[in-house]
Amino acid sequence: MGTYESKANVGHTVESLDVLQKVPTGIKGFDEITVGGLPRGRTTLVCGSAGSGKTLFALEFLVRGAIDHGEPGVFVAFEETAVELTQSVASLGFDLDDLVARKMLAIDYVHVERSEILETGDYDLNGLFVRLEYAISSVGAKRVVIDSLETLFSALGNEGILRSEFRRLFRWLKDRGVTAIITGERGDGTLTRHGIEEYVSDCVILLEQRVHERVATRYLRVVKYRGTMHGTNEYPFLIHAGGISVVPVTSLGLTHPASDERMSTGVPRLDAMLGGKGIYRGSSVLISGTPGTGKSSLAAHVANSACRRGERCLYFAFEESQGQFVRNMRSIGLDLKPWLDQGRLQFHASRPTLFGLEMHLANMHRLIEAFDPSVVVVDPVTNFAMVATNHEVRAMLMRLVDFLKSRGITAVFTSLTAGGGALEETDVGISSLMDTWLLVQFLEGSGERNRGLYVLKSRGMMHSNQVREFHMGAHGIDLLDVYVGPAGVLTGTARQAQEAKERAEAITRQQEMDRKQRDLARKRAQLEAQILALRAEFEAEEQEVLANLDQDKRRELNLSRDREQMARLRQADPSRQQNGGSAG
Amino acid sequence: MGGSDHDDGRDGQTPPAAAGDMDDFWAQALVDEPQETYVLRLYVVGNSPRSRWAIRNVRKLCDQHLAGRFDLEVHDLNQEPWLAREAQIVAAPTLVREQPLPVQRIIGSLSDIERVLVGLGVPPNPTGDP
Repeated sequence: MGTYESKANVGHTVESLDVLQKVPTGIKGFDEITVGGLPRGRTTLVCGSAGSGKTLFALEFLVRGAIDHGEPGVFVAFEETAVELTQSVASLGFDLDDLVARKMLAIDYVHVERSEILETGDYDLNGLFVRLEYAISSVGAKRVVIDSLETLFSALGNEGILRSEFRRLFRWLKDRGVTAIITGERGDGTLTRHGIEEYVSDCVILLEQRVHERVATRYLRVVKYRGTMHGTNEYPFLIHAGGISVVPVTSLGLTHPASDERMSTGVPRLDAMLGGKGIYRGSSVLISGTPGTGKSSLAAHVANSACRRGERCLYFAFEESQGQFVRNMRSIGLDLKPWLDQGRLQFHASRPTLFGLEMHLANMHRLIEAFDPSVVVVDPVTNFAMVATNHEVRAMLMRLVDFLKSRGITAVFTSLTAGGGALEETDVGISSLMDTWLLVQFLEGSGERNRGLYVLKSRGMMHSNQVREFHMGAHGIDLLDVYVGPAGVLTGTARQAQEAKERAEAITRQQEMDRKQRDLARKRAQLEAQILALRAEFEAEEQEVLANLDQDKRRELNLSRDREQMARLRQADPSRQQNGGSAG
Repeated sequence: MGGSDHDDGRDGQTPPAAAGDMDDFWAQALVDEPQETYVLRLYVVGNSPRSRWAIRNVRKLCDQHLAGRFDLEVHDLNQEPWLAREAQIVAAPTLVREQPLPVQRIIGSLSDIERVLVGLGVPPNPTGDP
């Protein structure tokens, strides 16, 4: 049959040949929980109560195997005919007729009806073995589903024969090398009604459906998986238009890459508070605040700026309809309509109570995958508490954040906190999932309420520690400095009054300074004038003195000339006379 | 049609004769019923002792109780595996009564002849078996 050749190249999760080889089921999330899928060449029991999704699980295993892994399969149906089966899964996008025509799938409906059967003497289930063998060899099947074997207990009376034949069947399937799923109805206190789990020792999976607050949620649990590690939790799963999605709580892990790229929030002053460049692309942002603080408006700014940059944005609203939201945002100067028309912004408004938490999550997954946005807004996340416990909401958000981060999508969540009390405490549960946390809070004083915005945290950047007044006007959001001084934090009109006062004081101070400067200039001018006058006086004096000196010199000259004249007249020695004269 | 009109006219008063025809019809029906042919198919897997037992038992039963009005075929599903699906066989051996309807399946080695006869709906002591 060539089954042994293909073993080696499919088990991509297997480290060595000694380790149990696994077959990927192709069911979203399930292969992560089981670290690779179902045990290759072994039989797995899938049990659960009526309507828990056993048949679908088994069928998707075959369909994914045929389409994604090229492994043909056989479906032995005891409960539904091939036509019924084909019809019931057509809505999930599985075209069984096509697979049958391509020889990737064989469906064998086994009809057993107690009223038609009479037992006389010894018998075995060789008829079933022949059918299985024939079906397996007709398509070269590597995967087999028997749904559900226990029907035989109600159709055939001899339990002793059936039990020994089941044991033989499981051994035969193992020898045949096919990976098989046997489904079984949940019994009272036991996994299956007739205890067939005792024959299946390798892998047992339990499906359950529970109702909480009138919302039904399906859960999957790996009860037993011999020889391998696996997730042991109870994982919620969904049946939606694309088949089954198991949503592992932690399987995605913290392995997503981190982007260094920054993006604007659409509010320049807020970008300035966040290290001057805005938020990291692919990070998660929580905007929390009391009712009416402008959380949605802030989120809408982020959406608007993303659309303006030509990116796509997906907006999940749980409080307002699209029309209402667009109208309300227009009132603060944000026109979202062009983005909606151009298909850059997609808006999904629904009530949280529309369906269960898991369904919401699956719905978001589906829409995000289809639209591939760069920004996702969930407004507000706190409304989910209506349909689930806080713990479940946190778990769901963690999965959503992991999913978004793994795709590099920037996520904006708004969170409504109850008025009064410690605002920060109420959000502690989800805040650890968030990279940036903005808190919008009312600051009360002098008979008015004004909004204050804080950056409580923002991982990986130098963010402002200042509170800013958050002001919504006809041109969008403005962040204003608050007045922090001896009188405390002032906002609104008190801040304006304070600012006006300060402005007046500043003007006075300025005038004072100007005056002093003018005084100084005048004094300098005065001084310079005095200097000029003194200099003029001095110059006049100087001239007079010089003139006198000149006169004296001339007189002295005349005198000496007269003396020489006289000496010549007295016949004196001219040189001696001259020397003696100067010494005397 | 014309002939029958002629007959009615010739006999004249015939109300009792008509009632006699009805009685004849029912009598005929009761006589015909056991004469219906039994279409039987025996499916076995391989030449096991159980298969041989079943074949022997069903042959004996047909010869003794359904002489001349049975149509029996024996199939080995190892040779014709596709028949298992067509005939909706799960257990082996299986004897299927295809006619008269409804379809009836008798599984096992058919060792209890009385029980098999009840299952097939054959009267235990038909004519021709002393």
